[in-house]
Amino acid sequence: METFKVKKGLDIRLQGVSACETAEAQPAGEYALVPDDFHGIVPKVKVKEGEQVLVGTPLFVDKATETVRFVSPVSGTVTLVERGERRKVLSIRVKPDSAQAYKTFEVPDLKTATAEEMCQLLLEAGIFAFLRQRPYDVVPTPGVMPKGIFISAFSKMPLSADFKYVVKGQEEDFKLGVAALARIAKVYVGICPEQAGTAVGEVADAEVNVFDGPNPSGLVGVQINHVSPVNKGEVVWTLGAEEVLFLGRLVRTGKTDFTRLVALAGSEVEHPAYYRCKVGQSLTALLETTLKPADHHVRVIDGNPLVGRKSNGFLGAHTTEVCVIPEGDDVNEVLGWIMPRLGELSAHRSYLSAFCGKKAYNPDCRVKGGERHMIMSSEYERVFPMDIYPSYLVKAIITGEIDRQEALGIYEVAPEDFALAEFVCSSKLELQRIVRQGLDILRKENA
Amino acid sequence: MIKEFFDKIRPHVEEGGKFHAFRSVFDGFETFALVPNTTSKTGVAIHDAIDSKRIMSFVVIALLPALLVGMYNIGYQNYNAAGVSADVMEMFLYGLVVMLPKIVVSYVVGLGIEFVVAQWKNEEIQEGYLVSGMLIPMIVPVGTPLWMLAVAVAFSVIFAKEIFGGTGMNIFNPALVARAFLFFAWPTQMSGDKVWVSTESYFGLGCQLPDTFTCATPLGEAAANVAVSASPAEMMFGLIPGSIGETSVIAIAIGALILLLTRIASWKTMLSVFVGGALVALLFDACGSTENAVAHLGVDHLWLGGFCFGAVFMATDPVTSCRTENGKYIYGFLIGALAITIRVLNPGYPEGMMLAILFMNMFAPLIDYCFVQRNINRRAKRTANR
Repeated sequence: METFKVKKGLDIRLQGVSACETAEAQPAGEYALVPDDFHGIVPKVKVKEGEQVLVGTPLFVDKATETVRFVSPVSGTVTLVERGERRKVLSIRVKPDSAQAYKTFEVPDLKTATAEEMCQLLLEAGIFAFLRQRPYDVVPTPGVMPKGIFISAFSKMPLSADFKYVVKGQEEDFKLGVAALARIAKVYVGICPEQAGTAVGEVADAEVNVFDGPNPSGLVGVQINHVSPVNKGEVVWTLGAEEVLFLGRLVRTGKTDFTRLVALAGSEVEHPAYYRCKVGQSLTALLETTLKPADHHVRVIDGNPLVGRKSNGFLGAHTTEVCVIPEGDDVNEVLGWIMPRLGELSAHRSYLSAFCGKKAYNPDCRVKGGERHMIMSSEYERVFPMDIYPSYLVKAIITGEIDRQEALGIYEVAPEDFALAEFVCSSKLELQRIVRQGLDILRKENA
Repeated sequence: MIKEFFDKIRPHVEEGGKFHAFRSVFDGFETFALVPNTTSKTGVAIHDAIDSKRIMSFVVIALLPALLVGMYNIGYQNYNAAGVSADVMEMFLYGLVVMLPKIVVSYVVGLGIEFVVAQWKNEEIQEGYLVSGMLIPMIVPVGTPLWMLAVAVAFSVIFAKEIFGGTGMNIFNPALVARAFLFFAWPTQMSGDKVWVSTESYFGLGCQLPDTFTCATPLGEAAANVAVSASPAEMMFGLIPGSIGETSVIAIAIGALILLLTRIASWKTMLSVFVGGALVALLFDACGSTENAVAHLGVDHLWLGGFCFGAVFMATDPVTSCRTENGKYIYGFLIGALAITIRVLNPGYPEGMMLAILFMNMFAPLIDYCFVQRNINRRAKRTANR
């Protein structure tokens, strides 16, 4: 176990952090699996409307590598294959049965299983789809073995779910999940100092490292960069800590169970707490009963306010928290460039809020400025704890210089690594979108 | 109420409206009056409240102490030269009357061009000129005619900024380009002994000085091998002849404090400029020619001329300075060292700060290149050793 001190970064405190208590969510009437949640694949639908599916039945597969299956989180009837422009598959909806029926998978012995056998299990049970591969931050290609599998067991993103709480009572599943992954490649688990000595920090079969520092020390990209950076030609996989629990349950029971403990957080939530949900669950019923009555517009974010997207009404595949904050498009603020604006969240010292540490803020979704060229220097660097020059990399992506992107380390990053930089950017550049596009273009070029 | 006002005008300036040609102007004023309430579409949902308007405004605020003292000094120099006594208010008002037209001309010409370019490129107006527009009148001698100022502003905004793509893309500091343009186009109006004191009387304020009146800056005196007549206290308060904003060390120090506290300027650059200047000044003091008075000013160099002003407001311009953290040390150090070197070794013109900064603006990308390349090499080596 090694401890890495992460110095750069920024902790953002927001109102409405989830209390450590679990409430039961009302059963949802509909589930949707959204292909866009799994980046880098083209879906080929395997079911027809009206067809009966079990938990674990593939709803669609990847067109390029059909062994990568995306399986149903519930058993029931396929009600809709929603298509958009040019027949793009937007979602596949399933209406759940009252009693859940599971497809069972044959689990190889953890002590003797080969990497291929273990990959086969992950592919069949639909857990492989939850893996993400660097470079490119996409669903991995089966058969291309990684040099390591990285798991971050904490997040310091604002309003994010606390894995210390989520894992309570499921420590055994976490260990089993890690043990299963260790059959494929070396597993690295990143923990925060408070997790040292807990079951998660003492997991066998993996190299555990402590990351001590502010947000984004919990991002798996930062951890990879500190432990074993991705070189050109290398591949690493990452898996969310809660998705390791899926795998643990699969190994233990032979069944796919995509149940998560999701943090419902944000200033617009009456009692922020954790809810037991399943991947793809419709959020309508949950939000109806838990939000404060509001006279202004609100935004439901699938994920946290830094790494997340506007909710499409269903719980995303990788989502560990759902946040609800004011939208802000109905706010009109006068002379913002000179007013003291004491309540404004800012890391910039021209706002006094940068000096008063512990207060929790309630920002809305306004961009609060126009997009400009990159003007200030070192803004990104201050919150980017990786051995990379983020502003130079972003410029190389904007100008489309592929060789330079490679040289500056694009293979090591995912869009989420730029979330904090995007937050502090005074030029209001959409960094995560820029990096995403850069990665997609590079992947196409290298294919 | 303000919102309603803008909502009423908006249809007229939008595509197809009668006043569409003023869209950029409308946008500019609207975003200044109201924080835009567009919300994020991709990426992060929440944004830091900082934007470039606020950053630029804070630089202008940091410039205000130097500007106010500069105005007072205009009056002080005029009354002092005439040998007339006057109270502080009178001197300040005279300075205001002399200074205001320069600021107005600078902003009208500069922002005018920005508005046109923004309209033409269908972009939002960039705020960078708010700072340049205030800097330019502050770094010229008080005797600069308004038309020259206008030409210089137009030149610098078009050729130093817009042709490169606007604020954030320029290589050279636009304010210094304006200053350099003036200097090389009309050298006699920009240096010598005649331009540092306002000689006219306006609206009954100030005194009419004879055409033959001359008064050298302390650096000019030293360059002519005359003993510097100003006392250290005068140099600190800024009651010496010089470009309008550059004279008061105390006022500039207040500005520096604002810039450093808000982290708009990098302390690394600023400190390195002073370190580089001090070292080279001491070096010349120790081994310079005894016939050259400028070589023996020692650390007084740092308080004279535009050194402080350049170090605080010009060298730290984030766009034209180094963008890597370590590069900032080298960049600043070389500016300070070069400025003093130019002062001492160049017989033609006593000040060296302007050229030193412009010169280093040119080399900033090279310094950055070295540091970024180190990162690239490290990565390449790692890949090769795999």
